[in-house]
Amino acid sequence: MKELTVRATVGNIPQVTAFIDALLEDAGCSMKAQMQIDVAIDELFGNIAHYAYPGGAGDAAVRFSLDEAARTATITFIDSGVPFNPLAQDEPDVTLSADKRTVGGLGIYLVRKTMDRVDYQRRDGMNILTITKTI
Amino acid sequence: MNITKTVNGSTLNVALEGRLDTVTAPDLEQALKGSLDSADALVLDFAKLDYISSAGLRVLLSAHKTMSKKSGMKVVNVNEIVKEVFDVTGFVDILDIE
Repeated sequence: MKELTVRATVGNIPQVTAFIDALLEDAGCSMKAQMQIDVAIDELFGNIAHYAYPGGAGDAAVRFSLDEAARTATITFIDSGVPFNPLAQDEPDVTLSADKRTVGGLGIYLVRKTMDRVDYQRRDGMNILTITKTI
Repeated sequence: MNITKTVNGSTLNVALEGRLDTVTAPDLEQALKGSLDSADALVLDFAKLDYISSAGLRVLLSAHKTMSKKSGMKVVNVNEIVKEVFDVTGFVDILDIE
């Protein structure tokens, strides 16, 4: 398992993406899966940066593990911010016209549709969100 | 992300290169701000765009709403990853994609 801990800021999203991309490239990940994972990182780490530490700053850890036999990558995002289960959000209505559309909830919806698995746990004061994707 | 703007008559062409995400979406928003007033139509060229996240969708939706009062907005040269995002989110039904 590899792990990176950084300040949970939007400005650190590229660093997290580069960290995971290097590991995915070593693992021989397809370009399509890598880009889908990059989008998921943007959505999930971006959520943490925006909402986990209201009025303050905190860290977030990103863990990567590879199941070589199953050809799956598992990435876990951990923060110690306010409890937030993005999977408990209502699914957005993706059939509304442009006038009625907002993009609220669209990011996590996209992650759920493009990853094989998404799990959330609240444990020991931490939000633990895990995505698994066939690479 | 690189943003290249070209004016062709009353049409504004905006070519994006790189990633349209949480970090770069404000750059596109800023680039379009002001430029859309003088344009009658908007063409977004995604030939060199790697991917888009929901932060980028928010900017596209806003630009689409602005341009729908005029001659509209078109998104061209969309790759497989971007197309999937448009499909999953229903943006495929909202946007004019070529």
